[in-house]
Amino acid sequence: MISLLWLIPALPLAGFLLLALCGGRLSRHHIAWVGCGSVGTAAVTTALVAADFFRGFPTRESYQQTLWNWIDTSGMTVGISWNLDALSLLMVTVITGIGFLIHLYSAEYMAHDDDYARFFAYMNLFVAAMLTLVLADNLLLLYLGWEGVGLCSYLLIGFWYREPEYGTAAQKAFIVTRIGDTALAIGLFILFTQFKTLSIQQVQSLATEAWPVGSNLAMIVAVLFLIGAVGKSAQLPLQVWLPDAMAGPTPVSALIHAATMVTAGVYLIARMHHLFELAPMVQEGIAVLGLVTLLLAATSALVQQDIKRVLAYSTMSQIGYMFLALGVGAWSAALFHFLTHSCFKALLFLAAGSVIHSLHHEQNIFKMGGLRRHLPWTFWTFLIGAAAMSGVPLITSGFYSKDWILWSVWSSPLSHRWIWFGALLGAMLTGLYSFRLIFRVFFGEVRTQPTSESGLAMRLPLLVLAFLALTVGFLEMPHTLGNITLFSHYLSHALPTTALLPGMEESSEVREQLAVTVAALLGIGLAALLFLPGSLFGARRTDQSTTHPSMTLLQGGWGFDRLYDRLFVRPWFAITRNSSDMVDRGYEWLAVCAESCHGWLSHTQTGQVRWYAASIAVGTLMLLGLFAM
Amino acid sequence: MLSTPALVLAIILFGLGLIGLLSRRNILYMLLSLEIMLNAAALAFIAGGARWGQVDGEIMFLFILTLAAAEVSVALGIVLQLSYRFRTLDADAFCEMRG
Repeated sequence: MISLLWLIPALPLAGFLLLALCGGRLSRHHIAWVGCGSVGTAAVTTALVAADFFRGFPTRESYQQTLWNWIDTSGMTVGISWNLDALSLLMVTVITGIGFLIHLYSAEYMAHDDDYARFFAYMNLFVAAMLTLVLADNLLLLYLGWEGVGLCSYLLIGFWYREPEYGTAAQKAFIVTRIGDTALAIGLFILFTQFKTLSIQQVQSLATEAWPVGSNLAMIVAVLFLIGAVGKSAQLPLQVWLPDAMAGPTPVSALIHAATMVTAGVYLIARMHHLFELAPMVQEGIAVLGLVTLLLAATSALVQQDIKRVLAYSTMSQIGYMFLALGVGAWSAALFHFLTHSCFKALLFLAAGSVIHSLHHEQNIFKMGGLRRHLPWTFWTFLIGAAAMSGVPLITSGFYSKDWILWSVWSSPLSHRWIWFGALLGAMLTGLYSFRLIFRVFFGEVRTQPTSESGLAMRLPLLVLAFLALTVGFLEMPHTLGNITLFSHYLSHALPTTALLPGMEESSEVREQLAVTVAALLGIGLAALLFLPGSLFGARRTDQSTTHPSMTLLQGGWGFDRLYDRLFVRPWFAITRNSSDMVDRGYEWLAVCAESCHGWLSHTQTGQVRWYAASIAVGTLMLLGLFAM
Repeated sequence: MLSTPALVLAIILFGLGLIGLLSRRNILYMLLSLEIMLNAAALAFIAGGARWGQVDGEIMFLFILTLAAAEVSVALGIVLQLSYRFRTLDADAFCEMRG
């Protein structure tokens, strides 16, 4: 069964081809069946492959499958070859499983859209590209998937391309991530010139042999890979595209900009962990980057007015946690947070989509309110998602993953105390902004009258994801609570275990956990105090626009857009305007030359056969004369 | 040698054909001149084959013969179409496209 591995990316690709080539001739019903079915069968195949994989696990830690040679020149052989190990199997499960739920949801959410087939074609292509990314055995194939998901992200952000604003958002996402992609490509070039191979395993084992820890080349390559990861995962300083990416349809935001694509950076760093271990300074940089991003994004999420932008900033913030965990060497913790995050964030986005759907595409949370009674399903699932994101202790998955990260930050020799305090503050802010959303949208008086609750195809994914958001956390429980280590045991076959500082025992872990719990609950309590209508300050804060400069700064995501506009965009435009005359002269001269030559030569084109015959004869004579000389 | 007069004859024939091609305006006569030029070239091949005692020259002659037949059949079809459309056989009249 494990030899069916190639089918997993092939099925969504086949779905894409079918929908792209003859989507216009299929009925809506059939389009939905093809779109969901291809990803659904991929999910079933994943389950079969996983079952077979676990039968041989852990004696067989990975499974390789080469389909054919993609590029075969002297000195460079790149195959279309898949590599299945614990890490990629985890990613594949999430992509196909959650991907299927989101496809199912979109079958109803997009039901009235004109471009139904185009939507599912792009979504299927995305799933295929993402699976290529995580299953790739070599870096070039990984890069193919990496660019593929970038392309689909662009296409889907600009899905409603008739709105110029959305097109701009799509271009912004594409261009900003392109910076990271370029860095990643340069990293690949350096690795290839050094080791003459792009196979992930070989590159890493050769790098560990050839480069001492902290060597210059290792640092450069690690930094280039980090820039690539930062661009894709919307971390500082390339984070500006993600909030604007919310222009796409909500299922797209759930699939691409929350659950899967934006975590590709996390996957890349985890996959190349041997390389990053050679560059400890870069690894420390990852932790700091993650921390700064998570705080910036969390504070921005506090003041957003658009429900999807709140979730976008929260995604940045949660990925910041993953980067933080990667930075302190807690590889498994980062992947565990990826797993729980993709469940609860997909859930939050889908529930938000359900709200938006029932409010006739109203996204401003100040125009919402009191939806608790009208949309009970959405309310309860959204509540579970928000609770999981804030890390409500014991019952939600978010608690276990976030606690693991914070415990690793506390106990890792690569970390500092101030990083931990920053992350704790972030946990508090997470509770605050998640429940601000809950109280604004679902409590208080009704401001926009909703239509009825959505149908089964939208409710079912919500229920499944809510169940997962509650239970996935039980795969890994800390020593102090049950001590279940299924997840870390499983991933220890692909990723190194986290190093602990000496002298870290259980009593400090209990204290640390209490701090996390208190932080999360404090955030939720603060939110209740500030935003719950009828509470102490809740009543007064109903005005929707604040003009205080600090608020506008936060709303704009700390003014990075304006900064980049000043630093790069405007100077560039100025340069192009001023230098256009000087540079253009040269090109104009070329154009004039070509034009006059053309006019001169076109006189010979008389259209008379005899003239052509004569010119052929004369030409032949001249050639013969040349040879004779 | 026997081949020298044959080559001279070929050159004369080729020159006559070329002059005919360039000076005639009737497209049928131009085709006739073209045939003469083709036959001149074929004659040169025969002469070459005879000079070196090899069969290749005659084979080439057969090829040229076939080619000439094919060319004439296509060309006559075109001539027919042209005369239908323009009601003339003057080659200089067919210069609408200028290229």
